[in-house]
Amino acid sequence: MSQKTVDVLIIGGGPGGYSAALYCARAGMKTLVVEKLSAGGQMVLAGTLDNYPGFDEGIDGFELGERMKKGAERFGAETVFEEAVSVDLSANPKRVTTNRGEYLARAVVIATGATHRELGLPEERRLVGRGVAYCATCDGARYKGRRVVVVGGGNSAVTDALTLSKICEHVTLVHRRDALSATQVYHAQIEKAGNITFIGASDVIAIEHDRKVTGVVIRSKETGETARIPCDGLFIAIGRRPVTELFAGQVEMDENGYIVAGETTETSVPGVFAVGDVRTKLARQVITAAADGAVAAKSVESYLRTL
Amino acid sequence: MAVLTVSEENFEKDVLQSEKPVVVDFWAPWCGYCKRLMPVVEALAEDNAGRFLVAKVDVDENSALEERYEIMTIPTLILFQGGKAGQPLVNPASRAEIDDWLRDQGL
Repeated sequence: MSQKTVDVLIIGGGPGGYSAALYCARAGMKTLVVEKLSAGGQMVLAGTLDNYPGFDEGIDGFELGERMKKGAERFGAETVFEEAVSVDLSANPKRVTTNRGEYLARAVVIATGATHRELGLPEERRLVGRGVAYCATCDGARYKGRRVVVVGGGNSAVTDALTLSKICEHVTLVHRRDALSATQVYHAQIEKAGNITFIGASDVIAIEHDRKVTGVVIRSKETGETARIPCDGLFIAIGRRPVTELFAGQVEMDENGYIVAGETTETSVPGVFAVGDVRTKLARQVITAAADGAVAAKSVESYLRTL
Repeated sequence: MAVLTVSEENFEKDVLQSEKPVVVDFWAPWCGYCKRLMPVVEALAEDNAGRFLVAKVDVDENSALEERYEIMTIPTLILFQGGKAGQPLVNPASRAEIDDWLRDQGL
């Protein structure tokens, strides 16, 4: 196993991570980004971004991610494509172990972002790609002319249902509350689609399958009665969760698992900073993640001076 | 070694009859998860030249292959060894997951 020592190690290569990397590297710190897959994080999946200023015709999220990476590399930041498997944040220097090696860092920036929430049903993970999906714009085309169920009631569930209604024979939208929480403008569109059935106040309690999904079982929260909905696809759109399992018990988190950190990005542990979607904050956007990265570099710099 | 572009026409020869194992990435240009995986697929090809080949199949242009291998979600990776398809890996979340999947299949 290799061992390497850096001034600042950044876990996660999305806009928060690479902005922190750019600012840290440019300030002369030896900077390492540990990214498990490829640059960009969630924005890669967004297609065209229209709300990142400076790109008057929008910019592809994948391209922006690659460019943020290159921008940080220009000042000497390095990236390893490895997955952090354990961290010791109380040690000095801090220790980050990946599937390939071990790194020591005087400061750590957590930029692990967020990901889609799972229903938590036993068969769910095994059936991903066999009827269970989390992205209607990605996988919808595979369900042409079929029947699908969408779970959720927020804007992403409703836009998924609308997207699928144009492709599929029929869409059933199942939500645990009795009314949709999505923006009002979508409600009329749901009715107008003509092939979307809304079932409120119900939980999906099981996925039926042979090799692939064949249906779901739902249970009414009011009557406790169960019903079976035959379908070929189950699209799960029940929100996002922060990716913070790795730091459990080491850094203070809120009740939803977000790392508690204010504007300075300082966490409960000296020398550990949190940027982007993983941090407690009002607006989770590419631009606010990037802003966090710049601020974190300042905070890291101040912290390193105290060592 | 670059990633090979494979279609219905040359799949038999370039994948099924290949002497070396072939990792095939089933993808489509409009798919965000596929884009995210592509740098990894390219790195796989670079880093493992000699051990195995890496190929990509655009499912929109090759629906017969998509059906034959029951691709329901993209990206899906399948390792072909001696013409036989192994356990598919659907939308891996990390390079480590791909490493483990390859190791499980003897690579």
